[in-house]
Amino acid sequence: MELKRLLICGTAALALAGAAQAEPVKVGMITTLSGGGAGLGVDTRDGFLLALKNAGEAGQAVELVIEDDQQKPDVAVQIADKMIQSDQVDVLTGIVWSNLAMAVVPAAVAQDKFYLSTNAAPSQLAGAGCHPKYFSVSYQNDNLHEAAGAHATDAGIGKVFIMAPNYPAGQDSLAGFKRYFKGEVVSEVYTQVGQTDYAGEIAQIRASDADAVFFFLPGGMGIAFMKQYAESGVGKPVIGPAFSFSQDILPAVGDAALGVKNTAQWSKDLDNEANAAFVETFQAEYGRLPSLYAAQAYDTANLLLSAIAKADVGDADAFGAALAEADFPSVRGKFRFGPNQHPIQDYYVREVVREGDVLTNKIIGPAMTDHGDAYAEQCKM
Amino acid sequence: MLLAEQALNGLQYGMMLFLMAAGLTLVFGVMGLINLAHGSLYMTGAFACAAVAAATGSFWLGLAASLVAAAAAGALVEMAVIRRLYARDHLDQVLATFALILVFSEGTRWLFGSFPLYLKLPASLSGAVVLPGGLHYPLFRLVIIGFGAAVALGLWWLITRTRLGIRIRAGEADREMIGALGVDIARLYTIVFALGAALAGFAGALVGTIQSVQVGMGEPVLILAFVVVVIGGIGSIKGAFVGALLVGMTDTLGKALLPGLLSRIWDASSANTVGASLASVLIYVLMAVVLILRPQGLFGARG
Repeated sequence: MELKRLLICGTAALALAGAAQAEPVKVGMITTLSGGGAGLGVDTRDGFLLALKNAGEAGQAVELVIEDDQQKPDVAVQIADKMIQSDQVDVLTGIVWSNLAMAVVPAAVAQDKFYLSTNAAPSQLAGAGCHPKYFSVSYQNDNLHEAAGAHATDAGIGKVFIMAPNYPAGQDSLAGFKRYFKGEVVSEVYTQVGQTDYAGEIAQIRASDADAVFFFLPGGMGIAFMKQYAESGVGKPVIGPAFSFSQDILPAVGDAALGVKNTAQWSKDLDNEANAAFVETFQAEYGRLPSLYAAQAYDTANLLLSAIAKADVGDADAFGAALAEADFPSVRGKFRFGPNQHPIQDYYVREVVREGDVLTNKIIGPAMTDHGDAYAEQCKM
Repeated sequence: MLLAEQALNGLQYGMMLFLMAAGLTLVFGVMGLINLAHGSLYMTGAFACAAVAAATGSFWLGLAASLVAAAAAGALVEMAVIRRLYARDHLDQVLATFALILVFSEGTRWLFGSFPLYLKLPASLSGAVVLPGGLHYPLFRLVIIGFGAAVALGLWWLITRTRLGIRIRAGEADREMIGALGVDIARLYTIVFALGAALAGFAGALVGTIQSVQVGMGEPVLILAFVVVVIGGIGSIKGAFVGALLVGMTDTLGKALLPGLLSRIWDASSANTVGASLASVLIYVLMAVVLILRPQGLFGARG
């Protein structure tokens, strides 16, 4: 798997024209472009590139270097070192997975680079490990699960069966759900990371007296579970975070996902100008519907551009302050940062519906309003 | 009732592993080749099935396509690459077949894109059936058990009752001698490799139907298939069958029962975490125990 290297030199044209413009801001994007998780990285990359393109001339203020982390922490660390030392990037971004983020982010911010997270936001970096140069533009890892817990409570679900893979983000997920769920958790099951057969868990769900099932199984794990669950004829309603019902995998899950409620801070039918433009240009550019990951990367690029317009990246304090203002048109409508530089935003309940011959999500109501995260208090900045 | 369902799940999981391991052990046993790219052939089968099923609307045509595509890919790879590796040591084989994994993965992404494909069961096989005793069980999982048993019988017949089987067994025992007796070794090896590939592709298509069809889907199963081959004994189809069922049962029942057992000693939360972790190492413990008691595997011929 050769490291794919893409240099987007929007500046080249300008340089040729001899225009006198400030040095472009160098951005290093480390994301997953090969292997089973590539769909998420591809959407991250495409969303980011689209924002630069849509910004027109302002987008040329960014020089982007993209490399593939293969979803491996060691590879991500190597790429980050190379980007910092030889490419001399000013800003890093793009990591999808929390374990990779934990391997890269603390070292990068310690070397005075800004890191803007397009997705992964582990609790360690939101609480005691927060940093003035680290911004999460997506959410904090627990958030979508907290919203699912709040939704389950609102929907009057009494007993629930909860399930997640046995790794830090999975444990955070169940903790987040339980934080806002007021009913009874009848069973709490940890599955293996990368597990593809859920017959055993489905048998336990069948035997339990739960009214509903909450699960967090990102990527292929979620596809496998939903297909098998639909075949099993158990029929208890399922709820989950948006990850298992995101646009990148919905076509593969198929009708098994129809009607499932899931929680997210964004949906393609959110009614605001920025979102309408984003969804329309994304479809025109790439011929598919954008996923949550694409929306998050699009917002990240626009946040970056808003800061570039206000401050010089060389002046770290001013640039950090400009980022913290979050003065950009977010596809989520409203967006601001909390004290630990993680979003304070609204979360929605979405339902999987069929539009024409594609499956997609539709917002059916709010789950949480102006919600921050549970770790902000531990952040001393 | 729950236990019966879990036992059935273990049986089905074992059958699935057997489909994967049968091809691997055949190639390993006959040619002495460690083929890491077996998982890629599994993926090839799944993608071929999904693509053909999407294009024609028929799952059965897709299933047939998975056999053909994987066998063709296997034969091609054998003639182009694998053939040069028989005389080399295992390290070279591992390196070359690992390279094949990368080629297959990126090639598949190039052809089909990075997003998982959709593969759906035909209506006649979907849904759950009621078994004697009132147990609801997905029909397709029963079908997989059936296919696994049929393949096991078919292979047994092929190896013990046909001319090709005699040659395969002879090739396993002494390749130079049967070459001297006029058997075209190169062709025999291509056939065996294609057969192993077809089995992997078939497993990929069946499993892809209830799991996800995506790049990299073969590697996690490959590791388990190697565990099965090692437990069963290298080169033994019977060993692969018994080993696969053992691994399937151990894994499924371990996951189902351990957290419950542990919760009698600890509180629920830590029993769950520890139980889940312990269940996932259980098959490797099984492998270690088998290797200590019988280093050549349960049915392995070589010491």
